[in-house]
Amino acid sequence: MIADNSLDFPATRVQHTPMRLLLIEDDRDAADYLVKAFREVGHVADWAADGEEGLALAAEGAYDVLVVDRMLPKLDGLSVISALRAKKVETPVLILSALGQVDDRVRGLRAGGDDYLPKPYSFSELLARIEVLARRRGGRGEETAYRVGDLELDRLSHSVKRGAAEIDLQPREFRLLEYLMKHAGQVVTRTMLLENVWDYHFDPQTNVIDVHISRLRSKIDKGFAQPLLHTIRGAGYMIRDGAR
Amino acid sequence: MTALGKLIRSTTFRLTLVYLTIFTLYAAALLSYFALNTGRLITEQITDTVDTEIQYLTQQYTASGLRRLILIIENRSLRPGSSLYLVTAPTGQGLAGNVGSLAPGVIETTGWSETVYRRLDEQETAEHSALVRVTQLSGGFRLLVGRDLEERGRMRGIITAAARGSVALVIVLGLAGGFFVTRRVLRRFDAMTDTTQRIMAGDLEERLPVTGTGDELDRLATNLNDMLERIEALMRGLKEVSDNIAHDLKTPLTRLRNSCEEALRSAKSEADYRDKLESMLEESDGLIRTFDALLMIARAESGHARDNMVAFDASEIVRGVAELYEPLAEEQGLSLKVEAFEAAPIKGNRELLSQALANLVDNAIKYSRCRSGDTQAGGKGEIVVAARAAGERVLLIVADRGPGIAEADRARAVERFVRLPHGAAAPGSGLGLSLAAAVARLHGGELTLEDNAPGLRVVIALPRGV
Repeated sequence: MIADNSLDFPATRVQHTPMRLLLIEDDRDAADYLVKAFREVGHVADWAADGEEGLALAAEGAYDVLVVDRMLPKLDGLSVISALRAKKVETPVLILSALGQVDDRVRGLRAGGDDYLPKPYSFSELLARIEVLARRRGGRGEETAYRVGDLELDRLSHSVKRGAAEIDLQPREFRLLEYLMKHAGQVVTRTMLLENVWDYHFDPQTNVIDVHISRLRSKIDKGFAQPLLHTIRGAGYMIRDGAR
Repeated sequence: MTALGKLIRSTTFRLTLVYLTIFTLYAAALLSYFALNTGRLITEQITDTVDTEIQYLTQQYTASGLRRLILIIENRSLRPGSSLYLVTAPTGQGLAGNVGSLAPGVIETTGWSETVYRRLDEQETAEHSALVRVTQLSGGFRLLVGRDLEERGRMRGIITAAARGSVALVIVLGLAGGFFVTRRVLRRFDAMTDTTQRIMAGDLEERLPVTGTGDELDRLATNLNDMLERIEALMRGLKEVSDNIAHDLKTPLTRLRNSCEEALRSAKSEADYRDKLESMLEESDGLIRTFDALLMIARAESGHARDNMVAFDASEIVRGVAELYEPLAEEQGLSLKVEAFEAAPIKGNRELLSQALANLVDNAIKYSRCRSGDTQAGGKGEIVVAARAAGERVLLIVADRGPGIAEADRARAVERFVRLPHGAAAPGSGLGLSLAAAVARLHGGELTLEDNAPGLRVVIALPRGV
């Protein structure tokens, strides 16, 4: 799997459903970089350089996800989001911000944002989060059971089966698998797992998540010809039915 | 502003003027009252003596006749003094006495009157004033007895002069005193102003002068000095931080730059470039991590995160963090034991405390690994994470069997950026302990390092919640 484009993100080796994105960001260089990078992976991104323009575009355009910087000229990011939500525009919003502390994050989400990514971020992290946001809107929501290949997870009975074999998981392993399966076919980053499965928003220094994943992997993939839990180098993990 | 202008404009001097006015008015009132009473007293004395004399003379006249009266009068008139006597015939002609002339009509009016007169033995035209009493004697004769009022006038003069003198004295002394006190106070304020100006100009080590008298200015100066002390400590801290930031960020930045240069100079194939770029990406992620940790510490130390404090059980976060790290410890051949059974209520920021604890556990795993690597013993390391309620405090403990920290180095290890020599091999920003210590301080607690014999025991002691 060798990509021959100039921007070779590990995540680009994954299939992407094309999306329409709006980027509201006042830094021209950062915006150029992102627009180009989104195009490389098959998405279409519009760019607004200030809050007012961004609000106007977001209110009329049919976008899948909005990427909003917090500090913007004319109208700041949080006001843009509040204004959109007041107009009943429910497009998912990902907030980008240099303010990365927990309370900044809480403020951002309270204003109507759906996810919050502190700067500096890696593109694969941003991309993974955007795709999860777009998908959340698209459908696969809170189902009672998830199925990937011959792996089944029943949220009501808390049971996991691969083929005919019952798999015994610890509560945290169950939640980890649940999150991965909910976003099956999408890249899930380590930070996303730490935030959504453990509810921690700090950097654990060592890659503790990797060890949890390898434990989970040994339970669900060991002894099966077709691995389902894949490591996406430089980005994160993905559960996918490799047969397809 | 001239020196005098400054003096006059000072608060002290204005206060002096107010006091001076009050004292002057007070002195004037006092002296007036005194003068009035003295005058009345003198008049009373005069009337008393005159009354007594008239009574005596009238008795003599009634008992022994006119001749006897005239004899006594003439006798008394010869005595020097301020007494006035006059006996007149029914015709108004003077029979005896020492009065030369009187204001017209005085002798015809019986009773008290104030009049001008001239003595018989005086040649000059000077007239004196006197208080006299005229009595009608039987047979149409009249008797006048009086006293010169010169004495009373003189008394008044003395008192008026005294009043003038003392008021002048009060004003002069008051002004002089005011100037003196004001100048003294001004000099101290000027010294303070000069010092503060020097401090503002950048000399933070300068302190305000304290005289040691313990007065209000001294107290003010002492307080300001304490404040300066605190500011200086903060500035020193800030400088230390920026020095450390410079060091800890510049080192990886230099490495990053070197990698760049090296890639440009020596990379031959695309694979070479890719390798270099990947290592640069890693390097920059490390930089970001260090930077985040620094911001976090600054945030915790500024007390900003104090708003998000909630009450919860510390055992929960101990179990949570242990659960997060348990697979990692196991993978490293270490056992991670949790001792958090009892309730350990605290009030705090759950996220920050979890992060502090995670940093400590992360360190414990890293250093235990170093140890087992060194000794080739392997798999012997046990890490204990515990929450305990101890009296008024709740202890969060992370204990390992790693190399520990020598007692002499313990205080330094908590400082920002310090990575002790034996730990140089372990990856990390070196900020884990500092962050944990900052978080402990934010919660009104403290972090201490103890000997786990062997190994290190890190204890975060927090005030117990309800």
